[in-house]
Amino acid sequence: MALKDITLGQYFPGNSLIHRLDPRSKLIFTVLFIVAIFLCKHLVSYGLVLAVLLILIGISRIQPKAYLKGLKPILFIVVFAAILNLFYTPGTPLWSFGIFTITREGLWKAGFMVLRILMLLACTLLLTYTTSPIVLTDGLERLLRPLKKVNFPVHELSMMMSIALRFIPNLIQETDKIIAAQKARGADFDTGNLMQKAKALIPILIPLFISSFRRAEELAVAMECRCYHGDEGRTRMRQLTMAGRDWVCILFSLVLLAGVCVLRYFGL
Amino acid sequence: MEPIIEIKNLTHIYSPNTPFQQTALDNISLDIYEGEYLGIIGRTGSGKSTLIQHLNGLMRPTSGQVLFQGQDIWSSKALTHSIRFRVGLVFQYPEYQLFEDTVYKDIAFGPRNMKLEEGEIDRRVRRAAAFAGLSDQVLQRSPFELSGGQKRRVAIAGVIAMEPKVLILDEPTAGLDPAGAASILENIEAYRRANGATIVFVSHSMEDVARLTDRLVVVSNGTLPYVGTPREVFAHGTDLEALGLAVPAMNRVFSRVRALGVDIDPAVYTVEQAKEAFLKAYRGKEGV
Repeated sequence: MALKDITLGQYFPGNSLIHRLDPRSKLIFTVLFIVAIFLCKHLVSYGLVLAVLLILIGISRIQPKAYLKGLKPILFIVVFAAILNLFYTPGTPLWSFGIFTITREGLWKAGFMVLRILMLLACTLLLTYTTSPIVLTDGLERLLRPLKKVNFPVHELSMMMSIALRFIPNLIQETDKIIAAQKARGADFDTGNLMQKAKALIPILIPLFISSFRRAEELAVAMECRCYHGDEGRTRMRQLTMAGRDWVCILFSLVLLAGVCVLRYFGL
Repeated sequence: MEPIIEIKNLTHIYSPNTPFQQTALDNISLDIYEGEYLGIIGRTGSGKSTLIQHLNGLMRPTSGQVLFQGQDIWSSKALTHSIRFRVGLVFQYPEYQLFEDTVYKDIAFGPRNMKLEEGEIDRRVRRAAAFAGLSDQVLQRSPFELSGGQKRRVAIAGVIAMEPKVLILDEPTAGLDPAGAASILENIEAYRRANGATIVFVSHSMEDVARLTDRLVVVSNGTLPYVGTPREVFAHGTDLEALGLAVPAMNRVFSRVRALGVDIDPAVYTVEQAKEAFLKAYRGKEGV
């Protein structure tokens, strides 16, 4: 596995309609969409939600390959969930061999479960692929602002999140560099049993920890030098503004959610 | 002279078939000879680091070949692994890769990976420490309580301890004070003389490169526009500046003087050469 293949928190710059949406409306959409996914019960509602998702993925103008790559890491969970549902759902038996029985209900349930997990991840990928991490945490901070009334540290939390997200690429780069340096000294990460493989990670993890602490300290000093003092009285360079399209987006997600609710009411 | 490493039509493309696709090296060929002191110069992002990581099999060519003593280093897995011991690579800021609790253990990491016996490991660690200018007392200390310059020496010793035939150093003096830098360069020279090793020295300090190396390779935009002795390469002084390289100060002076219409050797790059060239031009005039 190459570290640069990790797509978590990755952002593909672009100028599609979805890229231009305000992060708040995208966040609201994602949350409502996830709720809608969980409300789906029948082929009709699954079909509707899937169609919307596929259309949005098309509008995002990001190669479908990127989404497939992003879905790959959860392949194991998907297969696991499918197998569990396939064999442990009671109902009309279709096939049986020995202690294993596959039922009609199990087949449906497994299919829906796979679809549900894949759609959940795909819709969050849609959000992170089209929104830069900094903008995303900005949006989150604005959305959570009401929680400040109950002394919830919204600003601090979002600052921590943006710093963490901001440094993922650096950390990956640094890890790649350390791996290369230790490989140059003959370190072997691919052979041996589990214990040996775990031990082989020490030469990577220790330098990584040390440099992370060093980086955190440097960053703290740099922020203090620029008079960072927390939330109080802090202004923003990038003001978030809701445009017409954002209200359309929120309205659309509400309509979609309502639609799925209605379908569910009618058992579809 | 026999080439120890041959690079044949090497191309390396990062993230192929994605929006981030980037050709880092574009069909380059280069021979590195046994025992030579080769300098690689190029600005940041020119492909220097990518190039050197191909020499010890850390990176696999997208197309083309890298041969070590006539054998393709990717022809078998065992060979690729063993090449790492024969072509030692010291990365930029290598002190950030230290991890053991004593300097001794950290230097021994490479030899231990070679599966050598304890006595041989001990011999190599002490010899490498001596080459890198580390005293015996330092060996038992933790690498994390040493100064930056000392840590750098430990990291270099860690590679030297594998006793590679080819030693590649990426900016080994970056961030060191002039005295520390000079002493590390002397240590490298000592290793080269004692083992008859080939040195590949990557730098953008033109003065160092010009003074130390037998042969120079200029990397620019994934290609090698100039390869030759420092004199041959610095004869292209103005072109090098156009590539964004800071040529040695004397070379710059002479390019300007030539541009003024004075007939003078353009390949000058040290003060001594400058003195001689000026005297020659001056006497030539007097003779007339």
